[in-house]
Amino acid sequence: MAYLALVVARNYCLTMMKLPTREQSGVLIAEVSGRIDHTIAEEFTRALAPLLSNCALGRAPLLLDFSGVIYISSAGLRVLMMASRQAKAQQGSFAIAALTPLVQEVFTISRFNLIVPCYANVDAACQALAQ
Amino acid sequence: MKQVRFWGTRGSLPTALTSPDIREKIVSALVAANGRSFRNRAAIDEFVDSLPFSVGGTFGGNSSCVEILTDRPEHLICDMGSGARPLGQAKLARFGVPNPQTYHIFISHLHWDHLMGFPFFAPMYIPGNRIIIHGCHEQLEDAIRLQMRAPCFPVDYSQAGASIEFDRMTPGKPHDICGLTVTPKLQLHAGDSYGYRFDGNGKSVVYSTDSEHKLDDNEAFREFARFFSKADLVIFDAMYSLAEAASVKSDWGHSSNVVGVELCQAAEARRLALFHHEPVHDDKQLARLLAETRRLEQITRGDRPALEIVSAHDGLIVDL
Repeated sequence: MAYLALVVARNYCLTMMKLPTREQSGVLIAEVSGRIDHTIAEEFTRALAPLLSNCALGRAPLLLDFSGVIYISSAGLRVLMMASRQAKAQQGSFAIAALTPLVQEVFTISRFNLIVPCYANVDAACQALAQ
Repeated sequence: MKQVRFWGTRGSLPTALTSPDIREKIVSALVAANGRSFRNRAAIDEFVDSLPFSVGGTFGGNSSCVEILTDRPEHLICDMGSGARPLGQAKLARFGVPNPQTYHIFISHLHWDHLMGFPFFAPMYIPGNRIIIHGCHEQLEDAIRLQMRAPCFPVDYSQAGASIEFDRMTPGKPHDICGLTVTPKLQLHAGDSYGYRFDGNGKSVVYSTDSEHKLDDNEAFREFARFFSKADLVIFDAMYSLAEAASVKSDWGHSSNVVGVELCQAAEARRLALFHHEPVHDDKQLARLLAETRRLEQITRGDRPALEIVSAHDGLIVDL
């Protein structure tokens, strides 16, 4: 039983998505990394939830640093769209920055670059969001 | 199954080329020719064949109608969009009258763009022909009759010369038809739609149009991946961009090239045909969409075998 609990806890830790945060120019930056596909989309949503709840009028803008993301599927893109919508509804600022070239292509092909604010790098995003 | 022939590939509404469209193609071709002269017709044809498809050809504008060709004498057709008119003409031209033929027609759903070709499907007026209309909707026969009732159409359904039968299929259940196993699947679309999987002689074709895929429904994704499993050809509703399908056109009942690639990759399908083209897209936009979809497949392929991607156009024949 103890072994089972250990295995479950270990698996939970393995699948639990971590979004390390830092602050720059008044912008809350969360680092996203790895593959954002159908299997991780729900976990990504849960990991974003506490950050998004604070993404509101008068609070720090939320920026996702995507430099560590190597793949994003349609389900992952949907999570970003929902996040963008929630931030907008709360009159907060939400954006993504530093997409790797291949992930940038996925955004362009899916046209998600038209519905989720994207910046070339974190500095450019912070400059725009801090205004 | 030997081949699939596309007679109508446009979504929602038949769409004609306009004079400006044709003028643009001529100008582009003349620019590409750059003052060259051609010795004969063959040289001209060779030059035209070298042009991009969006310049030397067109994706066409008839609404959904796809033929599956087998070794058997019966004809298998998916949907009766406006592409059914040239299909019917071609059958009459080939087989003549009287020369009774049997047509099996599979109807995805009852929206007009998928039925409107039936009153113009010439074989239905020829005595001796047998037409079996397969579908899963309870109102299948009513819908076919309705569009041929005054004041909608001048020729009443009762004027049909052919013998017309209706076969109500059960979703999820394999049916033996013309030596093939045909399995319908319920799809997300207003009023419901059904995809069809055809298996026979070691080949599989899936016809899946007017089908929306919700991005947060993992179970549905797995179901469709099973439905498409190892298919030689998946004919897929790629009407919208992913962003449109997930946002402003959510619940409009259609899908995207991105989801088509993802499902076919998960299903280990061999070939994807983008289908049910958005009427507002011109040939250049559709050609760009195809190039982008191929690029998406390339950058997301990983260790999988390559998925071949084509964009269906009226007249396209795909060898299985």
